[in-house]
Amino acid sequence: MTQKTVAGVNLEVTDDGYLVDSSQWTEKIAKEIAKEENIELNDKHFEVIKFIRENADSGLTIRKVGKSGVVDIKGFYDLFPGGPLKMSTKIAGIQKPSSCV
Amino acid sequence: MAEKKDTQVKKVAMICAKGTIEDVYATLVMANGAVMEGMEAKVFFTFFGLDAITKKYMNKLHTATVGNPAMRMPGGLTFPTLLGAIPGVEAGVSAMMRGQMEKLDIPPVDEFLDMITAGGGEIYACKLAVDMFKLKKEDLSDHVIDIITIGDFYAMAGGEGSQVIFT
Repeated sequence: MTQKTVAGVNLEVTDDGYLVDSSQWTEKIAKEIAKEENIELNDKHFEVIKFIRENADSGLTIRKVGKSGVVDIKGFYDLFPGGPLKMSTKIAGIQKPSSCV
Repeated sequence: MAEKKDTQVKKVAMICAKGTIEDVYATLVMANGAVMEGMEAKVFFTFFGLDAITKKYMNKLHTATVGNPAMRMPGGLTFPTLLGAIPGVEAGVSAMMRGQMEKLDIPPVDEFLDMITAGGGEIYACKLAVDMFKLKKEDLSDHVIDIITIGDFYAMAGGEGSQVIFT
């Protein structure tokens, strides 16, 4: 665990940068974290992030996101290049998923 | 944080030569896991592994109920080989296994290939094996980019941080 100031808020994050307390999350924080990953968030990103935050406790998988009706798997990869599930969950301020699929 | 000095794996080239549920899924999970992590993945299906990309068989893979010492019945008792030899038992056990995987959100083979290729993974079929089994391009999944030789596959398997994996 480390302390990190994101968008003017002091946050506790895990060693790989995931928020410890997901209730501290704001859209502003999401934008800052995304910028570190070289992603500029748009409305589509936020739609996906909303789905991810709402389903944070359900054992998220890429397949589930693909069936969400919000985005298909190809679109998910396009929105968050280089690891959509781990990146989107980090930006959404939830726990790092432990899924293998 | 300690500085990591290992070279990261950036690319996996996988060869799947067997057609049981467990062999095929080992390949698919690893290939999908690679694209999920932002790595490049290329998969070469050969010999019985071709079943995994043959439209007719891909979603009907079996596991061996004969000669498989790790096969157990629900509850943990070992599965008698003679029982496994009874017609229909292998199909039943295999269907049960596929059902268990579905519960864990592990998709059927065709959908798994959709996922891998959506993430940029590439699927190839072995020319020698395709000829041997008298298959045609149209018998294979639409996700198969090409039917190539192992030499062609090695030629695209190189680069820093790349690994060749045989399952």
